[in-house]
Amino acid sequence: MDEATRSLIDALVADARESTADLARQTGLDEAAVEEKIAELEASGALRGYTAVVDWEATDEERVSAVVEVNVELDRETDYDDVARRIAESPAVDSLRLMSGDYDFAVNVSGSSMGDVSRFVSEEVAPLPAVTKTVTHYVMETFKERGIRFTDHDDDDRLSVTP
Amino acid sequence: MNGNDDRAETDGGTAEGSARTEGGPSRFAPADRVESVPPSGIREFFEVAENRDDVISLGVGEPDFTAPWAARSAAIDSLERGRTSYTANRGMLDLREAIAGRVTRYGQSYDPDTEILVTTGASEAVDLAFRAFVNPGDTVALPTPTYVSYEPGVRFAGGEPLPVHTHHEDDWALTPEALLEAGADEADVLVLCYPNNPTGATMDADEMDAVADFCREHDLLVIADEIYAALTYEGDHQSVATRPGMRERTVVINGFSKAYAMTGLRLGYAMGPETAIDAMTKVHQYAMLSAPTTAQHAALSAIERCDDEVERMRREYDRRRRYVVSRLRELGIDVAEPGGAFYAFPRVADVAPDGDARAFATELLEAEGVAAVPGTAFGAGGEGHIRISYATGLDDLKEAMARLERFLS
Repeated sequence: MDEATRSLIDALVADARESTADLARQTGLDEAAVEEKIAELEASGALRGYTAVVDWEATDEERVSAVVEVNVELDRETDYDDVARRIAESPAVDSLRLMSGDYDFAVNVSGSSMGDVSRFVSEEVAPLPAVTKTVTHYVMETFKERGIRFTDHDDDDRLSVTP
Repeated sequence: MNGNDDRAETDGGTAEGSARTEGGPSRFAPADRVESVPPSGIREFFEVAENRDDVISLGVGEPDFTAPWAARSAAIDSLERGRTSYTANRGMLDLREAIAGRVTRYGQSYDPDTEILVTTGASEAVDLAFRAFVNPGDTVALPTPTYVSYEPGVRFAGGEPLPVHTHHEDDWALTPEALLEAGADEADVLVLCYPNNPTGATMDADEMDAVADFCREHDLLVIADEIYAALTYEGDHQSVATRPGMRERTVVINGFSKAYAMTGLRLGYAMGPETAIDAMTKVHQYAMLSAPTTAQHAALSAIERCDDEVERMRREYDRRRRYVVSRLRELGIDVAEPGGAFYAFPRVADVAPDGDARAFATELLEAEGVAAVPGTAFGAGGEGHIRISYATGLDDLKEAMARLERFLS
């Protein structure tokens, strides 16, 4: 990956709402080149989307999140992709990953109540023939998400002018 | 901005010293070599900036990142284990070995036993070099504009600073012609600071070759402050000490403040031939004994474990650099492309009242709350310019540039 492309990705990861003009200023590309590179990255699947990082605690909306560990037992007709495709169908699923270690899938799931999350586990995951066990961990508080800290930032305690 | 009283007092420096003298008992009149040094231009501007609320400071010459956790953790661990004794005068051997291994990336090779000295910040190393190698009356060539401490350091050592003007039009390049024009062929010592504070200028291989040739031809000792070496964006860092015949006449200074965001831990180092390091160690062992032990443990961990974080910070500075330079040029302000460090040094003479950069900086601070350091704080060569540090977050840089645009309109 060339330096300008890497720089463009850094800028988008830091703030996906950057204007094309600001992206151009940060990368040394012109605006047309920025748009072209973004289109290329999207087409290649490197850039999969742009979403907001929301601290739901700061809103008046109830939001419950959980991490669900899922163990599966595969057979000749069923592989990990099949199970993943099925679980990913649910709009409650924020992320789904195949893991190494004590369990197979980690599912980040959210809903407007604990009942929503429970229903997802009991009605959409547990009944799958391949699934042998689920363990649900409810999120009690989020401190950092996708690189963004939810706690108050430390003040800049540097002197205002230094050598 | 934080106006911490302790630090403000600690930072009092020459300005307060002089003020006390005027009203105080004459017994405490500073020595002539201290009296001859004017207050720091940065210090004066700091006092104005510090007394305002809501200032966006582009005047900060230190990273806005926190030291990597691995380094902080090593410092904490060293305290928990009670490692609070002096170390060897030259610093911990395993740290010197790690430093020796690290600087091979710049083509430098030094014996950790005899050719490396760990110091209390690169600033101490610079001071030691002046005190160890400058005799009273010796001439020390200083490219200008440059870091604020060199000229006072030379004077404190009894030397005579010789300014060598570099110019915006040449991208602040230091050339044999400029050295000759300034009379540096008759000088005893040349101080190099590349990547440069405040211009961000770097030297390419050819430029460094030419300066090295000049130093050999005119028998100059070189003090090369390479504290910003790891923050080089255009090309590779060039060290004068790697040029033929230069290692034996050069002291290279580097440290952990800038690359590892460890300014407050105060850890630097000097490298050079054994005789040079012996001389500097002699001064160091009487003045400082050894660099802080806790900071040495942090530094060792920084070298061993923090490469990825240094690279992450470097890439972030690089993005900000491009942004700031691009915005300044869009605003019609001429700025040479900075190739390293985290400063841009735009020429504001064309848009400043009477071409006065100090007045420009003061009015910008008063009208818009944006603090940028007047270029003259870095010597006469900085006339007509301001230093903008991009060691501040992109959101603040954007706001500062928007305020600058409003100020200019």
